[in-house]
Formats: sequence, C-alpha cells, structure tokens
Amino acid sequence: MAKLHISTTINGEPEEFLCTADETMLDVLRNQLDLTGAKEGCGSGDCGACSITLDGTLVCSCLMLAAEAEGKQITTIEGMANGETLHPLQQKFLEEAALQCGICTPGMLVAAKALLDENPDPSETEVRFWLAGNLCRCTGYDKIVRAVLDTAADMREAS
Amino acid sequence: MTDIQYLAPTSLDDAISAYAAANGAGRILAGGTDLLVQMQAGMVEPGLIVDIKNIADVTGIEETADGGFVVGAAVSGAVLEKHSGFAKAWPGVLEGLNLIGSTQIQGRASLGGNLCNGSPAADSVPAMVAAGAILTVQGPNGRRAIEIEDVPTGPGKTSLKPGEIAVSFMFAPRPAGASDAYLRMIPRTEMDIAVVGCGVNLTLENGICTAARVSLGAVAPTVLLVEAAAKALIGSKLDDAALDAAAAACSAACKPIDDKRGTIAYRTRVAGVLLKRTAGIAAERATQS
Ligand SMILES: Cc1cc2nc3c(=O)[nH]c(=O)nc-3n(C[C@H](O)[C@H](O)[C@H](O)COP(=O)(O)OP(=O)(O)OC[C@H]3O[C@@H](n4cnc5c(N)ncnc54)[C@H](O)[C@@H]3O)c2cc1C
Ligand code: FES
Ligand code: FES
Repeated sequence: MAKLHISTTINGEPEEFLCTADETMLDVLRNQLDLTGAKEGCGSGDCGACSITLDGTLVCSCLMLAAEAEGKQITTIEGMANGETLHPLQQKFLEEAALQCGICTPGMLVAAKALLDENPDPSETEVRFWLAGNLCRCTGYDKIVRAVLDTAADMREAS
Repeated sequence: MTDIQYLAPTSLDDAISAYAAANGAGRILAGGTDLLVQMQAGMVEPGLIVDIKNIADVTGIEETADGGFVVGAAVSGAVLEKHSGFAKAWPGVLEGLNLIGSTQIQGRASLGGNLCNGSPAADSVPAMVAAGAILTVQGPNGRRAIEIEDVPTGPGKTSLKPGEIAVSFMFAPRPAGASDAYLRMIPRTEMDIAVVGCGVNLTLENGICTAARVSLGAVAPTVLLVEAAAKALIGSKLDDAALDAAAAACSAACKPIDDKRGTIAYRTRVAGVLLKRTAGIAAERATQS
C-alpha cells in the first residue's frame, strides 16, 4: 500500500513518519514512534485513554488519522514533564494516589492539563464535565478530581 | 485490496472534483468522530478520504453585516463555542452542538458531520431545524441551498447528491426578542445518545409569541419539523393551554422506535414534556435578548 510521508511536530520536536491513509495517529504514536504513553482503551472515542492535543485542542488520537498530523503541533503525555521534573499534575497524582492500574492516567493527565491551560480555576463540576470522556475503572474518579482541583490551587498560588 | 487514498485539498473545487471522481467510493472527513468509528468497525471502507479541514469556506465563521451568521460545515464545537457573537444569537444551536460527546469529541465534532452522518438522534440537527438554518452545498453542478429539515431522508441517508459537499450553514439575522433552546433526554448526564431531543426557536413581542419553530429528534426515522406545535405557540402568551396544545402536537408527531433505551410510549410522552421545558428556556432567553 502506498505510504504517505508526514512532517509534523511532536512535543516541540520535528518528526517525520510514513503511514497509510487509514492509519490512526494513536497507532503511529505507539507502533512507530515508540510513544506508548497514549493507550488504546476502546478505539472508538469513548474512553479518553488515547488523549493528545492537536494544535492545542484536546482530541482522541484513536479518532484522528495520522495523515492529519501534517504541519500540525501535537503534544502527548511524553511531553508533559520537563526532563526529570514532573508537571505539577503528575506530582499531585502520585502524592494523592489518583491512580491504581494507571491505564487511564496518561489520558487523564493530558486532559486535565488542557483544562488548566484554559481555565486555571475550575469548579468541581467543571472538572467532572471536562473529564467525562476519560473513563477510569479503578479509582472511582474522586481522587482524580481532587488531585486536579488541588493542583489548580497550587498553580494559582505559585503564579 | 485496493489502495486507500487520503487528500487534504485547500480549495473547495479540488475537493469536489476528487470526491466526485471517486464515484461513491470517496468519503468526506470533517472531525472524523463518526467516520473513524465506522471505519474501525469495518462498516465503511472508503477508497478515498477527502479531509476538508484545510478549506477556508468550510472552516470559517462569519458574522454578516446585517447580523446573520455563516458557519463552516467543519467548524468544531470547541471553536464555535468561543465565538461570543454566535453564542449570544443562537444559544440553542450551540447547546445542541456542545452536547455531542466529551471534551475530546468537541475538539473535532462539526455541525456538517452531525447532519451528514444522518443519525435521527443527532443533537445539533433539531436545533438547526428550529433555527431555520439553511445549508449551502456545492457539487460538480454548482451550489444550491437546502433547508435543514430537507437534508436527512432516513437513518444514515441525506438528500446530498453524488459529489456534493456541505459547505456552510446560514443563520438569519435575529429580531429583538428572539432566542432558541435545545434539550435532550438521556438516561445519563453525559456521553449518551438522545432518547428524545427538542429544539425551539421563538420570537416574543410584548409577551406574545409572534414566530416559532419546533423540532424533534430521535422520535422518527428523521429529525422532524413540527409545524402543528409551532402553530399552537404562535399568537399565545405561552400560557398553559398553548403549551399543552404544543406538547400534544409533539407527542402526536412521534413515530419512534421501541428499544431498550426508551419505549414508544415513553418517547412519545417525553416529547411533550421536553417541548414545554425547551419553550420555557427559549422564552426566558428571548425576554433577555
Ligand atoms: C464518544 C462519542 C460520543 C458521541 N456523542 C454524540 C452525541 O451525544 N450526540 C450526537 O449527535 N452525536 C454524537 N456522536 C457522533 C458524532 O460525534 C457527531 O455526529 C459529530 O457531529 C460528527 O461530526 P464530525 O465532524 O466528527 O463528522 P465526520 O465523522 O467527519 O463525518 C460524519 C459523516 O458525515 C460526512 N460528512 C462530514 N462532513 C461533511 C460535509 N461537509 N459534506 C458532506 N459530508 C460530510 C462524512 O463523510 C461522514 O459520513 C458521538 C461520537 C462519539 C465517538
Ligand atoms: S482509545 Fe481513543 S477514546 Fe478510547
Ligand atoms: S487507574 Fe485503572 S483505569 Fe484508572
């Protein structure tokens, strides 16, 4: 099958890859680029485990064609920490045990960061609605929601 | 297996010629939140995917000099909600679009995709029917305008001709005292498909309803324009008698399916209840507009 040559930017670094027209961004991230942080939970847009941002907008990478990445800016969970320094959300998820098996965690973190980038002071309801497309079968969500709210409070104080 | 091709043209003409040349094997890609799900499930196997998101005509939002709006068919929910002028003029349409899926889905889902996918339960479609929006389509034989209620022809089917692409939606200028609303009934609070959806668009002058359009989703093979319900509201003060008559007209218009998510009796009854609630919200907004 003829391959498309795609040039894009992932976590701030230029990246090139070959893909077929029907390959998803999630498959290219995981199978070719060794960026396995984004998970495939459902492959149908329901679980949010594959969350990334595309030109700053939160999307499901399982519902995006890899070819659509041409000329775009993509961020994944791998771009969230600054070297060895975790992002405050990552740190807080660890401190407050906002994860158990961890499958949903990369998607939760990418989605939560997109929320705080847009709204540094969300209400609990806003956090819950924003994360409604991120499913977690372990935590019962409460610790996740609290970790996001606590991070937001810390980050507001720090800024 | 034949090669599947992907094109992302920057001009509408190029998109139309490629799409038309594919002879029915082509698929338009807007946000992909229906198309990719269907491809993953093996329900559709396109030979050509035409991504329209690099085309200015289908991705722009324009406020016309007279206060109308032209919204590109591929504009996502996340983008449209940031347009404060549109949100003020057409809160019901925005509500219908923004109810679709999660934050991630909102980053991609478009009005054009929601309409062209042809689901009888599509949330933005009753809102656009109530709004009296007009769809501009362009194909190999040029442009034409279609009223939204004439687009869906059955589950998964539309009146678009081979090679035609939905370009943009036109929303007329608003008189003072006019507003709209959309409500859906779902068994959960998020991430579910409407059991009934209801759009109401109305104009109030000195407390009297002088114009109205009512639409229902998920209660028939296509979204319905319920003229009898609008008639019951027009000329009234939206008093109980008028609302009861409009609710009865909504229930009478239902030809729903019976499934695990809602029985025929339930959907029929809820259609009337939703009409009253939606009209109430639209009226309150109209008074403030
Ligand atoms: C998790 C999840 C939740 C969802 N929840 C809801 C919901 O609550 N309510 C609801 O109504 N829908 C829901 N949907 C369905 C879907 O998100 C919507 O229908 C959305 O509006 C589709 O828009 P899109 O831009 O992604 O369309 P696409 O997937 O790009 O296209 C949909 C169809 O329309 C065709 N098409 C698209 N644009 C055009 C055009 N301009 N001209 C001609 N044909 C075109 C495509 O070829 C395709 O057949 C959900 C989907 C998912 C995955
Ligand atoms: S894998 Fe993409 S939403 Fe579940
Ligand atoms: S921690 Fe296991 S799914 Fe969320």
